[in-house]
Amino acid sequence: MTRLIVSPSPHTYSGESVPRLMYGVIISLLPAFGVSVFYFGIGMLIVTTVSVLTCILFEYLIQKYILQTKPSHLDGSAILTGLLLAFCLPANIPFWMVIIGALAAIGIGKMTFGGLGNNIFNPALVGRVFLFISFPVAMTSWPEPGQWMQYTDAATGATPLALMKEGVAMRPAGEILSEMPSFLNLFLGNMMGSSGEVAAFALLIGMCYMLYRRIITWHIPVSILGSVFIFTGILWLVNPDQFANPLFHLLTGGLMLGAIYMATDYVTSPMTGKGMLIYGAGIGVVTVLIRIFGAYPEGVQFAILIFNGFTPLLNKYIKPKRFGKEVAHG
Amino acid sequence: MKLKTFSMGGVHPPENKLSAGREIRELSPSDVVVIPVSQHLGTPSKVIVERGDQVKVGQLIARAEGFVSTNIHASVSGKVSKVDIFPDSSGYRRLAVQIKVNGDEWVETIDRSGTLVKEISLDAEEIRKRIVEAGIVGLGGATFPTHVKLTTPRGKKAEYLIVNGVECEPYLTSDHALMMERSSALLVGIQIMMKGLGVEKAILGIESNKPDAISRMQEITRGTAISVQGLKVKYPQGGEKQLVKALLNREVPSGGLPIDVGVVVFNVGTVHAAYEAVQKNKPLIERVVTVTGKYLKQPSNFRVRIGTPVSHLIEQAGGLPEDTAKVINGGPMMGKALASLDVPVVKGTSGIVLISNEEARRKAVIQCIRCTRCVQVCPMGLEPYLMMNLAEKEMFERMETERVLDCIECGSCSYTCPSSRPLLDYIRLGKAEVAKLVRSRKAV
Amino acid sequence: MNQIIIVTIITLVGIGTAAAVILYFVAQRFKVYEDPRIDEVEEALPGANCGGCGYAGCRAFAEALVKNESWDDLYCPVGGNENMAKVAELLGKEAVEQAPQVAVVRCYGTPEFRARTNEYDGAPTCAIAHQLYAGEGGCPHGCLGLGDCVVACDFDAIHMNPATGLPEVVDDKCTACGACVEACPRDIIELRKKNKKDRKIFVCCINEEKGAVAIKNCKVACIGCSKCYDVCPYDAITMNNNLAYIDPVKCKLCRKCVVVCPTNAIHEINFPPRKTEKTEAVEEENK
Repeated sequence: MTRLIVSPSPHTYSGESVPRLMYGVIISLLPAFGVSVFYFGIGMLIVTTVSVLTCILFEYLIQKYILQTKPSHLDGSAILTGLLLAFCLPANIPFWMVIIGALAAIGIGKMTFGGLGNNIFNPALVGRVFLFISFPVAMTSWPEPGQWMQYTDAATGATPLALMKEGVAMRPAGEILSEMPSFLNLFLGNMMGSSGEVAAFALLIGMCYMLYRRIITWHIPVSILGSVFIFTGILWLVNPDQFANPLFHLLTGGLMLGAIYMATDYVTSPMTGKGMLIYGAGIGVVTVLIRIFGAYPEGVQFAILIFNGFTPLLNKYIKPKRFGKEVAHG
Repeated sequence: MKLKTFSMGGVHPPENKLSAGREIRELSPSDVVVIPVSQHLGTPSKVIVERGDQVKVGQLIARAEGFVSTNIHASVSGKVSKVDIFPDSSGYRRLAVQIKVNGDEWVETIDRSGTLVKEISLDAEEIRKRIVEAGIVGLGGATFPTHVKLTTPRGKKAEYLIVNGVECEPYLTSDHALMMERSSALLVGIQIMMKGLGVEKAILGIESNKPDAISRMQEITRGTAISVQGLKVKYPQGGEKQLVKALLNREVPSGGLPIDVGVVVFNVGTVHAAYEAVQKNKPLIERVVTVTGKYLKQPSNFRVRIGTPVSHLIEQAGGLPEDTAKVINGGPMMGKALASLDVPVVKGTSGIVLISNEEARRKAVIQCIRCTRCVQVCPMGLEPYLMMNLAEKEMFERMETERVLDCIECGSCSYTCPSSRPLLDYIRLGKAEVAKLVRSRKAV
Repeated sequence: MNQIIIVTIITLVGIGTAAAVILYFVAQRFKVYEDPRIDEVEEALPGANCGGCGYAGCRAFAEALVKNESWDDLYCPVGGNENMAKVAELLGKEAVEQAPQVAVVRCYGTPEFRARTNEYDGAPTCAIAHQLYAGEGGCPHGCLGLGDCVVACDFDAIHMNPATGLPEVVDDKCTACGACVEACPRDIIELRKKNKKDRKIFVCCINEEKGAVAIKNCKVACIGCSKCYDVCPYDAITMNNNLAYIDPVKCKLCRKCVVVCPTNAIHEINFPPRKTEKTEAVEEENK
């Protein structure tokens, strides 16, 4: 007879694994990817391919030669980082910048902290912010949707958020809004913006899939979107001339992508439901503050990075509800 | 009927109740049985027989030492061949009595007839005494002496009796079989326990994956003070604290017992044993054990004498399949893996589960990705990922303030971890170390 | 433009000065007097912070050395007598000399002698395996081979031998700090007196079971036969719970016990090869 295996209980496992979770997220990104290709064509394809491949490559090289551990470049997390990085870049950005972004994301954002599970900040956002600060022009000239065959030579313009930011100083918000794509178009993603951020409906489909597969919980997306809606709603009710409609804030910029994919990153978000709600609400409030009162038209990425930094604190002080009242032992 | 369940955490492993619906088969004793003297939580009992003594079935062979301890009886008749140390299910050596079987002679006072004795003639004190004498312990697996639970501590009052027919562990079906075949005896058993405790109300909780048991028990308890409540299938609903929460929405305080919220919980197996002890004067010498496994020829429910070697049970169920890598004493979530098949069935053995090669091994451990699954599934509201980190770093004081002693070791966290981290292994280590700290503090 | 720069410089210098003044007074106010000798002693200690002395680190030990009247319980195994003498000189006290020690692993349950009857698949630490069950070889006292001692060692002085599945001590590196002794859940490792040329004689087994049970699991177990006890001319061997123990202080390394042990449970290490009858006969012939 073979030697019996002995191990502590439990002796049965759910079969869930990190690659399964990561590929689950990747699958949920497919609708948004499809929509982006539909709007931005070949540019989106090039940026995404370069981003994903270089993220995998850098992960492999760093793990193998610098950290000298067993490479885990195919566990899906590098692919996911690459995809998310591509999603928050303009589709006309030169590919060598994408490579630099991928290096920043994997190298600075992830591997310096010790790889998957140890990073404090969301790697894709680190890459994006790195590029945003290094190449402000390239990162803020967005191609107009519908130019399938143009890559870096596509005609560009400003995002609705930027237009709004510049406009409200001179004119009432309602008037600017009327010159922009309709809410339906914003919902469908027919606007200028980072390649994967535009299609709110496709991202929401992805969220439903992730909720169904129980990859994420509702706490973070709901609290971010909810707090943005409430905060901008209050401002709008106070002064509709100076502040835009809350729906406009929900549907534009990187909010949907940020709330559904960036902020819900396992590693950099809090561990408890209560913690997640606080984290999400904080991100929402800071996003609105930056959008309306800050220097930049868009603030989701900064808000998420700021609250990534608060996550260890939230984990330390926000505890789940324990079962049963505490009584003195003995 | 509206199904109830507990609110916090929980998982739903594949049920795999392969032996469901199989009749309980009486298993003839093996040639030699080994009866350990420590089959319960508490002080080991004191052996009162010697090598060479002739014993009868039901004869006392080891007496309880103190209050939290139990009597142990010979489960077979024959000659005591050894009083020595034998490896228990963990491989550590414990004192046990080995008996060479000879005939099947029972102690005369035991009523071996099949007639159902409905009338409960004894009063509460006498019931408790019978249960002490019969050496009954919790048969759900925890093996806590039953008479201790029947003795309500001063200043507390039992209000409800909860009977645990949940059987939330995958594979196991012994309680299910008992409810189907011995429902009338169970009814009397519940009434005995109610009388012993002095409570007016009893609830029998059964998970909805046993609809036949629910309807059978509902039928038989009609017109009594016993209600049957169906429960949503969710592990670990059979845990005392979870069951009390599910049925009565009361939370047992940290470090407390169900009696702190006016409840006493017994397993159906325990209740059945109490019936036999009180009405039939039969000590706890046998129990129902599920023997099961995906590749086993005949997954079965056996009535087995205590002390029978596990290998004998597996043989009777069709022999050990070639592709067996792990044998579990108990269910796959909380049971103990056996290092050898020569160990005996004890009072706490609810099942023997055979696991094949493909499912036996753990996957490679990778780092925590903080997916929060362990926090979500913990039925006690703890943070297993944190506990494991603290235990690895030997920060046991902090573990205590994070309430590691609340952990019921249900294994939901390890079960669900996508990184296959041995969370419960480390939590258990931490619990032991924290318990040591608490003890040393008490000593000072 | 210039004005801005000047204002900036003045402000910064001002803040800096103010902060310095505040810090100075706070430091004065909250100053804790510390014996300057503590620093000197700490400097003289090995600085491994291993905890082998029983204190939280070299600093805590230095404090104890300065403050304690009696040095009976104070000894740094890492630095040894030489180091203690140096510290004593610094403080004008007298050090208590101790015989140097070395860690010894008292189990030889290799797969060859202690067949593995099952396979452990839990978290790879001895503490958890020990809590769970007797171990892969079935011996409830034997080495579990998962290397808690190796992790505990700060001096890289103990390693697992993959062939035997047992830890091995590098005598030259071992400082007898006792970390491995503490880490081993089965108390297999013992600190024993260090002898000339690192010679050692010890009972390489701590199984307290009856001989017949012990030998069933492991062919080199001590079976408690007392043969060594009978043969020892120095009363160095004691028998307790079916187990022989050689007192390292009383033992004179005569090697008589090694020969009589029927299970080879007594090990002799770093001795020259023994003349067996056969080699003697060969030598005889050669003459």
